[in-house]
Amino acid sequence: MFDFLSSGRYDLLGAFWVTVQLTLYSAVGSLIWGTLLAGMRVSPVPLMRGFGTAYVNLVRNTPLTIIMVGSLLGLYQTLGFKLGADLSADIGFRLAVLAMVAYTGTFVCEALRSGINTVPVGQAEAARAMGLSFVQVLTLIVLPQAFRSVVAPLANVLIALTKNTTVASAIGVAEASFLMKNMVENETDALFAVFALIALGFIVLTLPTGLLLGWVSKRVAVKR
Amino acid sequence: MKLRKVSTAVVAVASLSLALSACGGGGADKGKDGDKIVIGIKYDQPGMGLKTQDGKFTGFDVDVARYVAKELGYSEDKIEFKQAPSAERENLISNGDVKFVAGTYTINDKRKAKVDFAGPYFMAHQDLLVRADETTITKVEDLNSKKLCSVTGSTSAQNVKEKLAPKADLQTLGGYSECLNGLENKTVDALTTDGTILAGYAAQKENQGKFKLVGLKLSDEPYGIGLKKGDKDLQSKINAALEKMQKDGSWQKAVDANLGPANYKADPAPAITEKG
Repeated sequence: MFDFLSSGRYDLLGAFWVTVQLTLYSAVGSLIWGTLLAGMRVSPVPLMRGFGTAYVNLVRNTPLTIIMVGSLLGLYQTLGFKLGADLSADIGFRLAVLAMVAYTGTFVCEALRSGINTVPVGQAEAARAMGLSFVQVLTLIVLPQAFRSVVAPLANVLIALTKNTTVASAIGVAEASFLMKNMVENETDALFAVFALIALGFIVLTLPTGLLLGWVSKRVAVKR
Repeated sequence: MKLRKVSTAVVAVASLSLALSACGGGGADKGKDGDKIVIGIKYDQPGMGLKTQDGKFTGFDVDVARYVAKELGYSEDKIEFKQAPSAERENLISNGDVKFVAGTYTINDKRKAKVDFAGPYFMAHQDLLVRADETTITKVEDLNSKKLCSVTGSTSAQNVKEKLAPKADLQTLGGYSECLNGLENKTVDALTTDGTILAGYAAQKENQGKFKLVGLKLSDEPYGIGLKKGDKDLQSKINAALEKMQKDGSWQKAVDANLGPANYKADPAPAITEKG
């Protein structure tokens, strides 16, 4: 049933490696972008608050496929942004990371904002009374505690992100679901084996992520 | 009280959707009664199988399906078309959801392990579509320095990568429309897949005059009609219908009507090879 694997035609590990790379780059990017967005949403400047709110509500309610294909059609094909790459495969990968960061950043932002709400107001007030600026209050007092309380929700976002990378096959990134589409085309007689194999691959990626981060979240939680 | 209303609504919706799905599953049984026939086609390939915005079906595959259904004894209003995307064709057939599939269905051995074929009724070839003013691409070797586009997972994309032009910068996208947009905006230089599909897109009203077919024969794609494995009776009936269609000129008429506008040079009707 799984004999198509030994034909040497499919680079299963290579495809999942691309999935892992896509996940890691997007995770780092969306963590940074999400933190910035969260900062904007709690900032005292109305313009930044407005931008943060509008961006989050617009982007998180747009289907990822539309953001992904839109970045290809709009940014690359129509406006000609190549993001510093020459080969189609590289351009596709970078566009995919960009789209994933734009999309996942909103979920990171909202998870983080709920974490910020767990930090007692008195702490921020005390810090401000000591003369710390808004940025200092946020980065020194509030965010370190907020992060520690949202490890579990962020793990959810990371798992969702891992699985969302499959959408990147729509713009030609050769990750796991891209390989699956090739297999489906060629291995008509073993369709269920193909699906089961790819599903197993994703479980291998996401299950340890969830277990590890679940453990971390218990370790670092702020005891109040 | 309010909660109760909500739960009643939920139950109502759930039972409604159950009832609806029960209706959806009944398609195959109707076919058995000799009342209706369900045929699987592609919905998204202009020139071959396309569902238009007003709900009509056009294309060469559709004409072939209609002719075969007529020969099997079903009048036009007894035909029900069902979408058969590439990955689902075999399951639709073996589950009995459709009587047969006519949707750019290339006959090959892997597929023959799951379903039987009648035909072939058309011989297509992998080809290239380029911008109308393109002069630097005339043979497949020219592709090695070019940007090429095809659809994710398709046999054509894999052919290019493995055999035809391994050095070409191949981009595989979700659909042909994305590739066409890239071709128009010069982010890709050529689009490759079966010539029939390319011809269909080139002949669309909004694309006329923008693209041209190079006219290469990069592979052989004999299109067959897929049917349930072991149904020899249906297979020989469909084969007889296809032969009749070629003899009485309807085959040529359908080719001219659907693929003619794009200057597609179709091979003559292939001989029927898939016999019990």
